[in-house]
Amino acid sequence: MADRHIEPDTPELRARWGGFAWTAENAEKAKEIIARYPAGRQRSAVMPLLDLAQRQVGAEENTQGWLPIPVMEYVAKQLDMPIIRVVEVATFYTMYNIAPIGRFHVQVCGTTPCMLRGSDDIMAACKARGLKKGHTTDDGVFTLTEVECMGNCASAPMVQINDDNYEDLTAADMTRILDELAAGKQPKTGTQLPGRHTVEPAGALSSLTAMAAANHDYRGEW
Amino acid sequence: MLADKDRIFTNLYGYQPWNLKAAQARGDWDNTKALMARGQDAIIDEIKASGLRGRGGAGFPTGMKWSFMPKESKDGRPSFLVINADESEPGSCKDREIIRHDPHKLIEGALVAGYAMRARAAYIYIRGEYIREAETLFAAVAEAYEAGLLGKNACGSGYDFDVFVHRGAGAYICGEETAMIESLEGKKGQPRLKPPFPAGAGLYGCPTTVNNVESIAVAPTILRRGAAWFSSFGRDNNKGTKLFQISGHVEKPCVVEEAMSIPFSELIEKHCGGIRGGRDNLLAVIPGGSSVPLVPAAEIWDAPMDFDGLKAVGSGLGTAAVIVMDKSTDIVRAIARLSYFYKHESCGQCTPCREGTGWMWRVMERLRTGDAAVEEIDMLQQVTKQVEGHTICALGDAAAWPIQGLIKHFRPEIERRIAENAREAAE
Repeated sequence: MADRHIEPDTPELRARWGGFAWTAENAEKAKEIIARYPAGRQRSAVMPLLDLAQRQVGAEENTQGWLPIPVMEYVAKQLDMPIIRVVEVATFYTMYNIAPIGRFHVQVCGTTPCMLRGSDDIMAACKARGLKKGHTTDDGVFTLTEVECMGNCASAPMVQINDDNYEDLTAADMTRILDELAAGKQPKTGTQLPGRHTVEPAGALSSLTAMAAANHDYRGEW
Repeated sequence: MLADKDRIFTNLYGYQPWNLKAAQARGDWDNTKALMARGQDAIIDEIKASGLRGRGGAGFPTGMKWSFMPKESKDGRPSFLVINADESEPGSCKDREIIRHDPHKLIEGALVAGYAMRARAAYIYIRGEYIREAETLFAAVAEAYEAGLLGKNACGSGYDFDVFVHRGAGAYICGEETAMIESLEGKKGQPRLKPPFPAGAGLYGCPTTVNNVESIAVAPTILRRGAAWFSSFGRDNNKGTKLFQISGHVEKPCVVEEAMSIPFSELIEKHCGGIRGGRDNLLAVIPGGSSVPLVPAAEIWDAPMDFDGLKAVGSGLGTAAVIVMDKSTDIVRAIARLSYFYKHESCGQCTPCREGTGWMWRVMERLRTGDAAVEEIDMLQQVTKQVEGHTICALGDAAAWPIQGLIKHFRPEIERRIAENAREAAE
C-alpha cells in the first residue's frame, strides 16, 4: 500500500475551507455527474465529485488542487454518505491529493518499462533542478512524485505533469519542460522524439502506411 | 505479416481524427442496426465461433462469458456491461491507443455487446491517469448520443442503451473485475469474494459482465467480417488479431496489431527494428505484462506469441505487453521494481498480500545488492508460494510469479551477487 498521510483537521483548515461550495459551473457539472448513476445510487458519484472538488480547490489556490477534510464533508453531504466513506475513498485512490500540493505535479513514472528506458536519468534531471521526491519546492511551483506505471510504455520514459503526458523523454527534455513550465509556457505534449507521431515505430511505418496520408477506408480490400 | 486490410484498429497511431465522421469513413457505425437485427443469440454464437478470448489477460472465451448473462430478468433487475479500461499493468498501453484514436470502435462495440447480453447500459471504467484520453472518450460518447447511435432506440434498432464513462483515480487493483464494481459503486476498490460471480450479482447487485476494452472494440468488426475471417489468424485455441505492445530494449518500441501466434522474433524484427545491440544482446523477456514470469532469451526467440505458446515456456500472454530486456539490464532490480509496484498497489484487504508484497520487496532489494544469505533465496521462493493462491484476487499471484520466474532462471546471478557482497565485506 502507498504511504500517504492526510492533512490534519485544524481550526485553520476549517477557517479556510469550511465555507467550500461549488462554483455555479461546477454545481451544474455535479448534477450532470450524479445523473450518470441510477436513482438511489448517487454514492457512485463520489469519485468524479472528489475530482471536481480537487480541481476547484486547485483553481482557487492556483495549485494542482487537493482535498481538505471540510471539502470531503461537503461532497459527503451532497451524496448523503457518511464522511468516513468519503475519506476512505480519498485516501485509497492515489490521484486524490490529501495534503497541499504545488502548481505543477511532476509525476515521473519509475516502473520497470520506464526504468529500462532511462527513468533514472529523468528523476536525476528533476533533482538537479531542485525538485525532491515527495516534496514541493519552496516557491510552491513543483511537487515531485515517483508514480507507478502510467500506461505509456511504448513511448517510455514519461512524466505526467498535471493533465498532460510528456513521453520519449531525455534528461535534457525534462529540464527544458520544467523550465518552460516555470516560465509560464506550455511545452509540447506527447512524444518528445523528433519525427515520432504517437506510438508507431519511430522512423518508417511497419504497417498502416496508407493511414499516414489520408483517412483510408480498407473495406474495399476486404 | 498481417495485411493492413486485416487490421481492425486502422487509426491506431492517430494520424487521422478520432471523431464520428472520420470513424464512419473508416467503417465504424456502418449499419449497426443490421448487426443488432441478427438477434442476441446469433451475435453471441458468432463471437463464440470466432474464437475470441478475452484480451485483458485471463483469456476467457468472450462469447461464452456473454452467454452467462440472464436471457430475461425474472425479478426486474437490469443487467450491466462494465468495460475495463483501467489499463494499469506495467507494460500495457493498448487500450489507451484505442480510446484516444479509435473510441468509436469501443462505443459501437459497447452497444453491440450490451445488446447481445441484454444489458441496460454500459459503464466504461477508464483509469484516472488517462486524463486526455477520458476527455476524448466523453466527447466521442456525446457525439454518438447526438447522432442517435446511443440512448433511446439506439441506431434505430428499437433497443434503448446508454453508455457512461467513469474515471478511476489511480488504483491498479480496480482492474480486477469485482474491485472495479466496488469502485463504480463509490467504494474503495477492494475485490469481492466469488461466488457470487458478477454475472449473477455484480454492479448494484445486478447481473454484470466485465470485459476488456480490446475484447469489446473488436466485436463489431468480427460481426461484419465473420467468425471465419477472425479465426483464420492464429493457431487453434488462440485465434484472431491482437494488439502487441513492445517496450524496453528494442530499437523501436511500439504498439502494433498482429496475428496471434506470430513468433517473437518476427514481431521484434518486423516492427521494432530488432533487439538493441542485436539478437545476441537479448537477456530476457516479460511477454505479457508485469504479472507473468520472465522468459530467458533462448526460450522466447522462436516462441509463438499466444496463450498456449507462452504457457509452454512457463509464462503467459497476459495483455501481450512485451517487456524486452537486453544484457545491460540489472535483472534483479528490474524484478525488484515490479515487487515495489505490487507492494504499492496491494489493496490491503488480504493479509498474505498486504504483508507479503512488502516483505517480498524488501528481500528483493537486499538480493539486488547481494546483502543476503543464500538460504534466503529459498525462503523467498517459499514465501511467494504462501502468497500465491491465498488471496481473494490474483494480485497476490501476480506479485509472486515474477519473483518465481527470476529465481527459476537467474538463480546463479542472485548467488553471484551474494558471494560478491560477502567477499567485499571480508576485504
